[in-house]
Amino acid sequence: MVDEPPSKLEFTAVRKQLGQRTVLDNLSLVVPAWGGMALVGESGSGKSTLLSLALGLLEPDAGHVTVFGERLSAASARALRQRIGYALQETGLFPHLSVLDNLTLQGRLLGNDADELTSRALLLAEQMHLDSEMLNRYPVELSGGQQQRAGICRAMMLAPELLLLDEPFSGLDVVTRSDIYDHFIALANDRQCSFLLVTHDLNEARRLCATVAVLRDGEIVDHGPTERVINDPQHAYVARLVDAQRLHIAHG
Amino acid sequence: MLTSLASLTLSDCISLMAKRLTIALALAMLPLTVAMAETVGVGSKNFPESYLLAEIAAQWLEADGHRVERRFGFGGTQLVYGALTGGDVDIYPEYSGTITRTILNDPSIDGNESKLTSELDKRRLAFIGRLGFNNTYAVAVRRQQAAERGWRDISDLDGAGGIELAFSHEFMQRDDGWPGLAARYGLTQIARGIEHGLAYRALANGDIDGTDAYSTDGDIERFDLLLLGDSANYFPRYDAGWLIRDDLPEAIRQRLGELAGTLSDDTMRALNARVVVDGLSFPAAASEFLASRGVSNTNTAGDSTAIVLGPLIVRHIQLTLVAIVAATIAGFALALAVHRSARWSGIALYIAGLIQTVPSIALLALMIPLLGIGFIPALTALFLYALLPVLRATLTALGAIAPVYRRVAAAMGMSARQEFVHVLLPLALPHALAGIRTASIICIGTATLAAFIGAGGLGEPIVTGLALSDTRMILSGAIPAAILAMGTDLGFDLLERRIIAPHMRVGR
Repeated sequence: MVDEPPSKLEFTAVRKQLGQRTVLDNLSLVVPAWGGMALVGESGSGKSTLLSLALGLLEPDAGHVTVFGERLSAASARALRQRIGYALQETGLFPHLSVLDNLTLQGRLLGNDADELTSRALLLAEQMHLDSEMLNRYPVELSGGQQQRAGICRAMMLAPELLLLDEPFSGLDVVTRSDIYDHFIALANDRQCSFLLVTHDLNEARRLCATVAVLRDGEIVDHGPTERVINDPQHAYVARLVDAQRLHIAHG
Repeated sequence: MLTSLASLTLSDCISLMAKRLTIALALAMLPLTVAMAETVGVGSKNFPESYLLAEIAAQWLEADGHRVERRFGFGGTQLVYGALTGGDVDIYPEYSGTITRTILNDPSIDGNESKLTSELDKRRLAFIGRLGFNNTYAVAVRRQQAAERGWRDISDLDGAGGIELAFSHEFMQRDDGWPGLAARYGLTQIARGIEHGLAYRALANGDIDGTDAYSTDGDIERFDLLLLGDSANYFPRYDAGWLIRDDLPEAIRQRLGELAGTLSDDTMRALNARVVVDGLSFPAAASEFLASRGVSNTNTAGDSTAIVLGPLIVRHIQLTLVAIVAATIAGFALALAVHRSARWSGIALYIAGLIQTVPSIALLALMIPLLGIGFIPALTALFLYALLPVLRATLTALGAIAPVYRRVAAAMGMSARQEFVHVLLPLALPHALAGIRTASIICIGTATLAAFIGAGGLGEPIVTGLALSDTRMILSGAIPAAILAMGTDLGFDLLERRIIAPHMRVGR
C-alpha cells in the first residue's frame, strides 16, 4: 500500500479566544492532501477565524497549525502565505489597480517574469469566462460576478498547492457557476491542489469537495465524506441546511 | 507580525524626513552664519520712520567702510527686540519711551538716564546717539472734522459722541497707550484695534474718526490730519536713538554717535514726507539726508521703490516647499504611527489642531526666542501650520481603507514595506493629496507673514507697502502670492489627474 501523501493544512488542538469569547476550542482538523474539504457552519461558528489561523493572520492561544508540514509561526508565516492562494466573497481586489495588475501583483513582488505573469493571467481569465478586455479595467468597472471570477483568478495565479476559499463563488449566476466549477476543479487537480472551501451551499460542497466538516460554536460536530454528511446528517444544523436546499429530493 | 508594519514604515519615514530637514537646515543656516560673522545687522520695525532711520544708519556705516546686512520690517517691538537680544540684529532705531515702557516695562525710568543705562547694561544693550527729535505718540483726527467740532486738544474728545476711535494694535496694548490715555482724559468711547498701515487711510476716508499717530509722521500732511494737543502731558518722551548690543565694535558706536542731534522734529517730519508723500524710496531719502552730512550717494542701493520680485518669489517658494515636504513626510509618518489607535489619533489631531488655533503672527513671534529670526523659525512655523491638514487627511484616508485590503495584502505574504508602497500609500493618496493641497495653499498665504520675522518672501513688499500706505507696493507682493496660490492649486489639479484614477479621486 502506498503511503498517504502528507496533508498541507492541519489544525491540532487549536484554541482561539477573541476578547471574552472562545471562538475555537480544542479543534483538530486535517485537510486532505488532494482535493477539497468544505467547511460548513452558521455565521459566527468560527469559519473565518479558522482561515485567519491558516494564513497566520491570527495566532492560536493553544495548539498549533501546520502548513506544508511546517509549523506556522510569526517567523514562518510570511513565506508560507506566499504559497497559499486566497479568495474571498468580497474579493478584496485593490481598487487602484487594473484587474491585470491585481492578478500579477503578488508574482511581481516575488520577482516573477512580467510577460509570463500576463500570459498566465490571460489564460486564467479565459478559463474563468472573463473577457481579456476586462483585465485592463479597474475592478469598479466590473460586475459583482466578474469581480469574483477575477478574485478566483488572482488566487490561482501562482498555481498554489493550497487554496483557502471563503465563499468565492457565492455571487455567480447559476449557468456560469457550473462552468466555473469544472474549470476550477480541472485547475485544482492539475496542481494536485488541496483546498478548504467555506460555503453555505451544500450543492457546491457536493460538486467540489469530497469531504465536509461541520463547525458549530467553535467545534467540529460532524466530519466525513460529503454524501454521507448530506444523506445522514449527524447534526440538526446540517439537517436544516439539507432541508432548506432540498438536496435529498434533488438527488432522487 | 502586524504591529511591525507601523514601526518599520515609521522609521523609514523618519530617517527620510531627518535627511531632508538636515539639508534644509544646512542650506538655510549657511548664508546666515557667514553673513553674521563680519557684517553689522541693522534692523527696523515696519513703519516708515523706522525703515528710514535704519537705512540712514546702514548707509552711514557703509560710507565708513562697514558691511551692513539690512533686516528691516519687523512686525513690532517684541520681534525686533528679540532679534537684537538673539544676535540676529546688532542695531536698530528705537525710542526712549518705548525702551522704558515696552521693553523694560518700568515707566518710572522715564527721564532717569543713569537708571536707563544700568538697566540696559544688565541686558548687555545700550541706547546711544540720540538723534534730536521726539517722536511721541499723538492722537490724529481729520483737520476738517476738528475745525467743525472745535477739537484742539485730546481733552476736547471728552464726551464727544458718535465718533469711532481705532488705534494700532500695539497702542491698544501698551501701558502708555489707549487704556491709560482714556483714564487720564476720562474718555469713555470704545476703541478698537486697526493695522497701523491702514489707519490713516481709514481716518481720511471717514471710516474712523481718530487714531494714534507718531508726531513726526510724514503722513500727517499727506492725509490732511491734525495732531491734538496733549495738555495733560500724558505721552512720555520718545527720543529717537540707536538701541545696540554692547558687543558692537567701538568704531561703529562712534560712527553712529556722529549722527547725534542731527534730526529735529521738523527735519524728520519733512524727511518722512519725502517718502510717504513724494514717493522717494527709503535709500533715496536716506542718501538725500546724508548728502547734507557729506556722504555722496554713489554707493546707495536702488533708487526707487521698485521691488525686484524674482528673489522674493524664489524665497517664498523655498519657504512653502520645504515646509510642505517636511509636513507631508512628518504627517504621513505620524499618521501611520497612530492610526491604529483611536486614542492616539485623537491626541495627535488635538495637538495639531491646537497649534493651528494659535494665530499665525503669534506663532511666528513664539519662534523668535526659540530659533531667532529668519528662514528657520519661519519654516518651522509654516511646517507646524501645514501639519494639521496633512495629518488629518492622511488619518482619515488610512481609517477609510477597508480592512479586507490589508487582509488580502497580508495573505499575499507582503512585507510591511510592500503593504505600505502597494496598498496603503496608493489607497490613502487621494485624500492625502487633498490635504497636502490645502496645506500648500495655507502655507503660501501664511508665508507672506514670514516677512515680519525677517524671512523674506512676498510678504516683504506687503509689509513695506503697508508701512508706506503704498497700494502699488502691497499689490506687487499680494498679486504674485495670489497667482502662486492659484498656480499651485492648478498644479495639484493636474497632478491629481495624472496620478490618480478617475474613480479614486476625492469628491468625484
